[in-house]
Amino acid sequence: MKRLFLYRLAVVAGAIALLEIFCLTGVIDKITMQPPHLIARDLYRLLASGRMNGAIWKTSTNTLLALVLALGVGVVAAALLHRLRALRDTLDPLFATYYAVPVFAFYPFFIVVFGLGDLPQILIAFMLGVVAMIVNTLNGLDRVPPVLLKTGRIMRLTPIDTALRLTLPAAGPYILTGVKLAVAYAFIGIIGSEFILSRGGIGYEINFAYNNFDNATMYPLIVLILLASIAINTVLTRWEKTLLARRGAR
Amino acid sequence: MSERRRHGGRNALLLVAALFALWQAIYWAVGDIALSSPLATLRYTAQLVTGEDFRMHLSDTMRAFAIAFVLSVVIGLLVGFWLGFDRLSGDALEPMIVTVYAIPKLTLYPILLLAFGLGLSAKVAFGVLHGTIPIILFTLGAVRNTRPILLKTAHVLKLSRPQMVRWILFPAAIPEIFTGLRVGFSLTLIGSLLAEMFASQRGLGYLLMNGIGLHNIELVMSVTLLIVVFAAAVSTLLLQVDRKLHRKG
Repeated sequence: MKRLFLYRLAVVAGAIALLEIFCLTGVIDKITMQPPHLIARDLYRLLASGRMNGAIWKTSTNTLLALVLALGVGVVAAALLHRLRALRDTLDPLFATYYAVPVFAFYPFFIVVFGLGDLPQILIAFMLGVVAMIVNTLNGLDRVPPVLLKTGRIMRLTPIDTALRLTLPAAGPYILTGVKLAVAYAFIGIIGSEFILSRGGIGYEINFAYNNFDNATMYPLIVLILLASIAINTVLTRWEKTLLARRGAR
Repeated sequence: MSERRRHGGRNALLLVAALFALWQAIYWAVGDIALSSPLATLRYTAQLVTGEDFRMHLSDTMRAFAIAFVLSVVIGLLVGFWLGFDRLSGDALEPMIVTVYAIPKLTLYPILLLAFGLGLSAKVAFGVLHGTIPIILFTLGAVRNTRPILLKTAHVLKLSRPQMVRWILFPAAIPEIFTGLRVGFSLTLIGSLLAEMFASQRGLGYLLMNGIGLHNIELVMSVTLLIVVFAAAVSTLLLQVDRKLHRKG
């Protein structure tokens, strides 16, 4: 475990050091990229100045909104589809090819329909996230051991009790996998659509800084997004692992 | 088996019909300003596809996509086999690669643009950034999960590393690797298109953004339709092959 950690640390530290050396010696010129220590300094200044608070707030709330929608609709849709075998079979080709279709290609179309506001972005993020949630929840529901449900019937549990005490805990780890993917997709959806065309948010600010050759803003913001998504993903992966371990699945 | 396939075909047809019906229904609800009807879109698409301009955009996208996919496959297989063999590196790097998979890679695109300049190479690099990761992950998994008896046989036969890859690992891993290629194919396509949407003078992604700029709804919908149909069709085809390979294995 410790060796793995050291290995990873060495890879990350090595990459940063290499960039630092390249930038300082001029292999990567100043217009292309600033050395990492300057990026870190700029990031600190940018956050301390509060100039980006509005953009950060906008991106976070939109992501959260899309995520909540994706999770809610995803779980309910999966629960329904689990009952309706025929509908599920019909939708199966859709789920199988869904992530092969560039959902972002719909973004221009949504802008035309809904105007250039928050709604198209939230819709894109929702569309990206919801199918991952449905597919993984279905997968979880399929794997609930029948003996549990039989036990529930013997104990005469109400449907709500069955769902809360049996189905949900049993399907939990798989649902969490869906949540993890949905979080990543929601974030990608919001940032991506902000980036392509929008009026605000971190993605927009990065694009704006890029168009103005403002590297002192662009790189820190990119790093901020990388750090945020890595942090969220790491926390969720940890949680997923502990859930799986408790189930003795691995 | 054939019955199952017939079911699959029927489901797919039903689904396409349902989607078209939905589209028509939305059109009736929203009207001409924001949406063009399925029929009008198809007519416009037919007209678009035969145009000279379109061929240029299409060939540009396809060239970037093809180069990106070839590079993704080569890099993905090499790194995947390396990480599959080297236990320590694999254990250490796999979670990191999974994490990279989850970040919004579009934010990295300005860096690629600055590094590669506006043009084909930036598009290719962006496609590769998307496409390699699944290929690495699936190859890594396949190499690791090779049945131990096969490895023992290789030892008994005193095969060298390259021989072992060529005659044992590669054939055993083909179904899994193919899954990786399938996912990598789709993601490379998505990556190349996204790159064009953000900054490019040519290609289908550019055509889409141009459509918004001109408020040409029919153009936007036609290009979206073409992209979706192409991606879905290829993906369905690859999925069929994938399932067949896995059944055999």
